[in-house]
Formats: sequence, C-alpha cells, structure tokens
Amino acid sequence: MKTPRILMCPPDYYGIEYEINPWMSRSRGAAPERARQQWRDLHDALVKLGVQVELMTPQPGLPDLVFTANAGLVFGTRFFSSRFAHPERQRETPFFDAWFAEHGFTVERLPYDVYFEGAGDALFCGPILFAGYRIRSHAAGHIHLGNVLQRRVLPLELVDKRFYHLDTCFCPLAPDEAIYFPGAFDAYGRTVIEKHIPKLIAVVENEAERFACNAVVVGKKVVVNAGSDRLAEDLRKAGYECLSVELDEYIKAGGSAKCLTLRLDGEDAAIW
Amino acid sequence: MAKAKSFVEEIELQGHIIDSLLLPKVLDEILTRGGTYTIKKIDLGRQREDPSKAKIEIKADSQEQLDDIMEAVHDHGAVPTLQRDCEFELADMNGAFPERFYSTTNFRTQVRIGGDWVDVDDQEMDCGIVLDLKKQTARCIAMVHVKKNQPIVVGHQGVRVMPAETAARTSLFEFMSSAVSSEKPKGVTVREIAATIKRTKAAGEKILAVLGPAVVHTGSVEHICELIKLGYLDVLFAGNALATHDIEQALFGTSLGVWLDRGLPAEEGHEHHLRAINTIRRLGGIEAAVKKGNLKSGIMFECVQHAIPFVLAGSIRDDGPLPEVITDTLVAQDVMREKIKGVGFCFMIATMLHSIATGNLLPAAVKVACVDINPATVTKLADRGSQQTVGVVTDAEPFLRALVAELKT
Repeated sequence: MKTPRILMCPPDYYGIEYEINPWMSRSRGAAPERARQQWRDLHDALVKLGVQVELMTPQPGLPDLVFTANAGLVFGTRFFSSRFAHPERQRETPFFDAWFAEHGFTVERLPYDVYFEGAGDALFCGPILFAGYRIRSHAAGHIHLGNVLQRRVLPLELVDKRFYHLDTCFCPLAPDEAIYFPGAFDAYGRTVIEKHIPKLIAVVENEAERFACNAVVVGKKVVVNAGSDRLAEDLRKAGYECLSVELDEYIKAGGSAKCLTLRLDGEDAAIW
Repeated sequence: MAKAKSFVEEIELQGHIIDSLLLPKVLDEILTRGGTYTIKKIDLGRQREDPSKAKIEIKADSQEQLDDIMEAVHDHGAVPTLQRDCEFELADMNGAFPERFYSTTNFRTQVRIGGDWVDVDDQEMDCGIVLDLKKQTARCIAMVHVKKNQPIVVGHQGVRVMPAETAARTSLFEFMSSAVSSEKPKGVTVREIAATIKRTKAAGEKILAVLGPAVVHTGSVEHICELIKLGYLDVLFAGNALATHDIEQALFGTSLGVWLDRGLPAEEGHEHHLRAINTIRRLGGIEAAVKKGNLKSGIMFECVQHAIPFVLAGSIRDDGPLPEVITDTLVAQDVMREKIKGVGFCFMIATMLHSIATGNLLPAAVKVACVDINPATVTKLADRGSQQTVGVVTDAEPFLRALVAELKT
C-alpha cells in the first residue's frame, strides 16, 4: 500500500482575528495552548496511522493557514490554487502556491472572476468530483475545473450557512461510500448525492454541528472530532474504525480534522 | 392573447448539467421567477465524463424580471453568452437616476469595468453607482447628488454583490443576534459590546454614538460623559432634543422639567428646555457657550472640550432649534456620511429616527448595537436592512451604567 501523504500547518499563529463564517466570533477567541495540543494530537494520530505528514511554515498574520484543506485542489502532480472569497484568506495563496511549487507540483489557477476554495469545496468520490457552491465557491469555477480535468463534476448547492464548505457536510469514505449531512443540501443536491453514491451514511444534525462530516479518512480509519458517537457507531457497522480527537478549539473558526489537512496523494475514495 | 415577453437574454450552461441536475434547477429558477425559456441548443456528452452544453434563451415581461432571473441563474453557473462589463447610462438630469438604475445594498459590491472587477467605494444601501471611467473606479451615490451626464450603472449585468457572508463580518454576535428579545441576559450582551468597543478602539477605528433624549431623561448623561473621557466615543449623532435636554440639565438641573436628582417636576419646569435653547441661541451656539464659560457640564460640553465632532440633525417638531442643528435633512445626511468614514462600531441608544437614518448610511461591515426600551425600534432597524445589528431591549440608564463599568475593567 502506498504511504498516504498529508499537508498540515502548525497553529503557531492560529486565532480568531476576523469573522468570515457563522462560527467565528472574535469574542470567543481560541485558547492557544489548547489549540496547539489538539493540533498535535491530530498530527500524532495521523502519524500513528502511517501517514507521512508534511509541514508548512506558519506565517504571522495568517491565522487560517492551519486550514490547509482550502489551499487548493490536488490532482496528480497538478495543484489548482484556490481563489478565496474573502480578502482575509486571499493573502494565504502566495504561501500555499510557493509550497506546492517547491514540492514538485505544477501550480495552476482558475479564471479571475470565480471563487474556488480547494478541497474545502471539491471532493472526489470515485471518479466524480463533488463540488459545493453558492457560499464560498462559484458553480462556474467548478464547471471550469471539470473541463480542465476532463472529469465529471457535480456541483451541489450549499443551503445552510453553517455548512459553508462541502467538507463540513460531506465526506467520501471510499469510491462508493460517503457520509453526509442531508440538511446542508436542497432536494436537488440530495438527489444527486443519493443517485451517484451507492452507500451513504447520514449524520444527525447535532453531530454535524460538531463537524462530524469534517473527517480525515485513512484506509478504514476515520479521524473525527470528539463527540460524534452516533456516527462512530454507524461507521463501525460499515466496517470502519472511528478515532476521536478533541478539536473544539478549531470549531471556533469553523473547521475540524479535515480542514486541518490536505491529502497530497489523492484521497482513498478518489479514482483519478 | 397574452402579450409576448419581449425582454430576452441568452445564457450558456455547461458541465455535467444533467447528472448534477443543474439544468433542471436553472430551468425551474426561470419559471418560478415568471420567465419562459427556449433551449436553443443542447449538446449532450457522448460519454459519462463528457460535459454537456446548453444554450438557453430566457424571456421575461420586464427588464426587472429579466435581471432578477439572470441574477438567480448566475449563481448556478449559467453565464450570459457574452461576458460583458457593467452597463451604464449617462444621467439625463440632475437629482435623479436613469430609469433602470442599479439599486445598491449595504453589502460589498463589485462592478466590471474594462474587463476588471472593481470594488464599489462608499458602500451604502439605497443608492446608485456612479462610475469614473477614466480612473476605472466606482462609488455609491445618493439620488440627490446625481449630476447630469454622470455615468450611472443600470441593470444587473457586470455587477456582483459579495456573498452575504462577506458582510458576515456582521455575524459578529451571530450567536445572539437572532431575534430581538427582552428576555435575554443583558450581562453577557453588555460584556460583548464592551469587548467590541475595546477592539474597535485598538484597531484604530472610530466609535459612533447615536443618542436620543431619553439618554438625558433617564439620567445617563454622566455615563456618556464618562465614555467621552475614557476615549470610547469619537463621533456623536443626535437631534435637537438630546442636546437641548442635556443643556437644560446643565443649566437648570432638570430634563423636560423634571429634577434629575429627585425625579419630581420643577415649578415652571416645562419652560426650562425652551429657556435653555434661548440662552444658547443668545450666546451664538453650543461651542460659543462652552468657550464663554456659560455651559460647564454635560454631553455637549464634553464633546466641545474633547473636540468630539457631533452632528445634530433637525426634525419638524424641534423647538428652537439650537444653532448647531442642521435643519436641511439632505445637508445633514451628507455631513453624517462624511463623519461615518472610519467608523468601526456604532451604538444607538433610545432613538428610532436617528438610528434608522444612521443605519441607512452604514455599510454592512460596521457592527451596530441598538439599545431601546421598545423592541420595535430594534426590529425596525433590522427590517430596513441593517442586519448587522445586535439588539438590546432595556432602559438606557442601566445599560450605560453597566457598559461604563465593563469598559473600566
């Protein structure tokens, strides 16, 4: 089996310095020590699963650089750099681009008039790229990406502000299996998911609110924020093992396990 | 026979529009908004990976309806067959927009000029957008300021409003900004507001206070004076009444004729506010009265002492008014627009008129706390589009007392 590779960025400068999603409130700042420990726990859990973790250098003034999932979309050795919707995060792009360029990827860009937030909104399940739009990414951007990649792209409208990225409400487990929170999609979106993914595990609202869908999948192991008990049970029945890591410091910024990672060698669920 | 729909635009939708249900979704959007469509051309992908492409002609009864449809389908990835800059018309008269003018929101907006998207400056709701074609810039402009031959943006083409969420800096107090309720714990709210004020200050942004006369009637003058002395008030908006009763208290110890220390009406007290106005008018204004040593305490006194700019906007029921009151509402609006620049936080206390007026001028990114004993005032503000508002239903005095105490910690 190939060694899974994941990009992470230590939370040296992590904090709630602005508010760009409903979870963020500058009055509920992150506890730096606790945040560092939780990040370390996630890191160690992944290493224990045999993941080769690559580290980026944190940058002062870029608190959300820890959320590497939003850097862009990795496809083979091609890296499609994000076009962030918010100026606060647009400043991260040069650092992500530099890292990928230095590590053997070809950095590519989307047209200037679309927003696209990388693996936060674009996830392969099998050969299909499922892509969230409306809140952070534009449907037009995903469609463009589909043309460039010559892959099927199914844009899904995100209708609940709390689940502002696709990876907060949808997580492919295997090429034919995924977990999702139905309430984050409209009837069209639910139909598309149900029609194209044979095996689905629905997450209940109170666990979805704790970012249960924002999970990191490594083989049959699923690393998820603590407190997703019902999902853990459903995963167990489906033949997966659920590993809990407390990540509540990151939920304050609207992120959890998945957001803190970016798979560099293709998700296990992806067929490229 | 039904009248033929004569407003037409062609869009293109491509990608995996069948599998993703984007095509039916877009068609539904057109129909639910009262338009009709004709699929002019559809190329279906031969294999599952191949994208499909549809050219759809949309027809509507009016330009407005067409713009509405275009806006809705754009979100699902449909693009006008021709990607175009924003459209503009030269104003054909002073003081009014061309008929099809684009009406602004208080959210961040961009227009496409010469192929580039540029931010619209001076974002304000219920305005139009005027272009500077040479500099390739755009800004909001109020109807009354339109000059003949200015290029004014019309229609929705080449205009985009940043996702509501951008404005969701506004979601500052998201977890409590739900419905306005008199039954929420005030302590938490006050702490939050105090923390925001401190942060605003630290960020070098200005704090704006919009105050009604009840601030004086409830005996809160000392708290506002304290805020000024602590450096937590940079701009004051009010009307004739706040200044009048504040000065009445400074000169006579009463507000609307009621002794503020005893809560009892003073003999002939109903004349006090008019006598106060008269005195100030005789002295040549509030600032003159302070300089000459006749006005020695109160909010207006502290404003003059600390060089805090204040805008007193007049209304039809004003007595006097005080010489500094701006009686031309359009002039008052402009002065308020000027003073709003650089404001990062605004608290509005016990005034519906001035709160809504200020709310209309503030971009959605400026956080607002609205304090009123009447829940309807707070609701009205939000209903008029100032959704960045946190409402606190309470009497002015206890709120301000608690706020000052919080700020001192």
